Amino acid sequence: MKSKETNKSSVPGFFSKLVRRQIFIPIAALLLLAVFNLITDPSFYKITLGYNSAGNPVLSGYLMTILDSGSELAILAIGMTLVTAATGGQDISVGAAIAISGSVILRVLCGTNSRPETLQAPIIVAFLAACVVAMLFGAFNGALVAYFRIQPMVATLILFTAGRSIAAWINNNELPIISEPSFGYFGGFIPGIPIPTPFFIAVVCMIVIALVLRFTNLGLYTQAVGINESSSRLNGLNPAFIKFLTFVILGLCVAVAGLIKVSRFSTINYSVIAKDIEMDAILAVALGGNALSGGKFNMAASILGAYVIQFLTTTLYKFNVQSDALPAYKAVVVIVLVVLSAPIVREWLSGVWKKIRPQGNGKEVA
Amino acid sequence: MKKKLLAAMMAAVMVIGLTACGSAPAQEAAAPTEEAAPAEEEAPAEEAAPAEEAAPAEEEAPAEEAAPAESTGETVKVGIINNDPNESGYRTANDKDLKAKFTAENGYEASFAYSNKNDEQIAAAQKFIQDGVDYLLLSAADTAGWDSVLKDAQDAGIRVILFDRTIDADESLYEASIVSDMAKEGETAVTWLKGQGLEEYNIIHLQGVMGSAAQQGRTGALDAAVASDGWNLVTQQTAEWNAEKAQQIVQSVIDSGESFNVIYAENDDMAKGAVAALDKANIPHGVGKDVIVMGFDCNKWALEELLAQNWNYDGQCNPFQASYIDEIIKTIQSGGTVAEKTIIMDEKGFDATEITQEDVDTYGI
Repeated sequence: MKSKETNKSSVPGFFSKLVRRQIFIPIAALLLLAVFNLITDPSFYKITLGYNSAGNPVLSGYLMTILDSGSELAILAIGMTLVTAATGGQDISVGAAIAISGSVILRVLCGTNSRPETLQAPIIVAFLAACVVAMLFGAFNGALVAYFRIQPMVATLILFTAGRSIAAWINNNELPIISEPSFGYFGGFIPGIPIPTPFFIAVVCMIVIALVLRFTNLGLYTQAVGINESSSRLNGLNPAFIKFLTFVILGLCVAVAGLIKVSRFSTINYSVIAKDIEMDAILAVALGGNALSGGKFNMAASILGAYVIQFLTTTLYKFNVQSDALPAYKAVVVIVLVVLSAPIVREWLSGVWKKIRPQGNGKEVA
Repeated sequence: MKKKLLAAMMAAVMVIGLTACGSAPAQEAAAPTEEAAPAEEEAPAEEAAPAEEAAPAEEEAPAEEAAPAESTGETVKVGIINNDPNESGYRTANDKDLKAKFTAENGYEASFAYSNKNDEQIAAAQKFIQDGVDYLLLSAADTAGWDSVLKDAQDAGIRVILFDRTIDADESLYEASIVSDMAKEGETAVTWLKGQGLEEYNIIHLQGVMGSAAQQGRTGALDAAVASDGWNLVTQQTAEWNAEKAQQIVQSVIDSGESFNVIYAENDDMAKGAVAALDKANIPHGVGKDVIVMGFDCNKWALEELLAQNWNYDGQCNPFQASYIDEIIKTIQSGGTVAEKTIIMDEKGFDATEITQEDVDTYGI
């Protein structure tokens, strides 16, 4: 008898706990979208195995598109979450930085010839070069924020403005095109594996960051710095270095995302590559229920937020919504999020929840 | 201390990067200063109405330094205001063409200013007027707001030639305007498409940035044909000149299972994005295949796709205005008058079945 009672009370208790959990927001958003699609057109979830023109097996369907296209965003969300947590600000230069790191990759692969027959360097070398460059630019942003105490959005505005020109300069304003098919694997499919490679890369990044957060103090330290900088200093941390470090980590994420982006078409367009991706990355962090003013964060929620954004985008494309109207829909999401995360609204909601809960119990008893 | 040093180094690296970026694309000595000027000047130019006074002194000096050829008397001074060459392959080709034509060997002394913002371009124009150029060549970012500055130019005896883009100003304010007829580009493409004689037309239409002249012209022609010939638009979406957006849009149509047999992309990048989605779904495209692929702008790589018969059609958007401008200047210099105010450039459309390697080399940008 007793155990039954506790069971009963634990069901609503579980729900109220879940609502208070941070990851509830992206899960709720995801469910909302999923149910909407299920009602309007269940074929949204159809996944078919086919072959691409190179004769390799590929899985296709809306869900695969979401996993594929949302990967860069998920990778960026990892770095952006750390930057947000530590500095209470956001890096708006990630799109421009992707252009730079992508340009570096192509430059190293092509050498001086913009249309090489064969690769001039192994892909791994090009990628490592891009990592170094992207981390340097991350370090530049980080130094401005951490040591010169410039507001993150203002500091990263510099690279936001100059980045695409720098990217064009790296390749002398030419448009390099890589004809080597193996370079396309990173943004497409590895022969024989029907799941898009970007998703694997994103999963690897998630595992790495999960291990880092589990086995190092990075998570604890960034949150401590974000919550209260001076008290974390009194406790022996070096807040400036932690902030600096988060920007360097974001730089690494940018390099990975840049590799996927340039690999998708084996070329680059400096002015439109990864355009407006910074706003989506910030939105992913917000959608994950993380406070944009810094402090505590939930990495899984941010990553889920990134895929929710891609889910929304794909859904809107499916319904033939004009793509220049997409930002308006995302704006609606932002408004809802901001309103929901306001303390007044949260108090009111938990009040409403408390009113509903005893009624439910009463019914069960009756 | 160590960290400060590191921070300083990062800053130094960045600054080097910036300066190198400024000088690389410009051959002319004067160019880097001009290029940097509008961006840095933005704030003062907006606040203080007489922008002539706002121009910092340090930037005048190098500009004059770079003018040793002035004394010969033969050279024609031109100030060229263009959009950012990084904007697109079209603009890069356009800028290269101008730089190749307006050289000292051809009797010109050219200064360049780049911006995608109208107010910065106007500030650059005012500076050129002050510098006393003979000709002002202008590809305006925006159609409005040019009247007063062009009047200033006229009062100073400077002749204005518009290229690539028109403006909303009185015709008397400029000598000539050399433009592409985007509507005609669209009509050429649509006429070609009609000539294919397909049993039914199910078209995926990928539009450029809405409201741009290229989008309006190229969309207008297709919309007219859709209305008159009963063609079916499977989807009509803007991919904003972006390959990746185009890929997602086409992917979405493929995932929905709707059938289509024409991709009408308003530039090459979007056509490439569309083709990436087709390849992924193993839908044959190109000459004699299931889906007709059409692009615009004649990038070299796109024409090579035509040559390989992976695409079917590419419409030209001619970026080579320099020779037209050169001709007009020569006419005016020798005392003649320009017959027509608006000069529309010759533009072709290429069919994959007829294109040759020579075309690719000549017309590819």
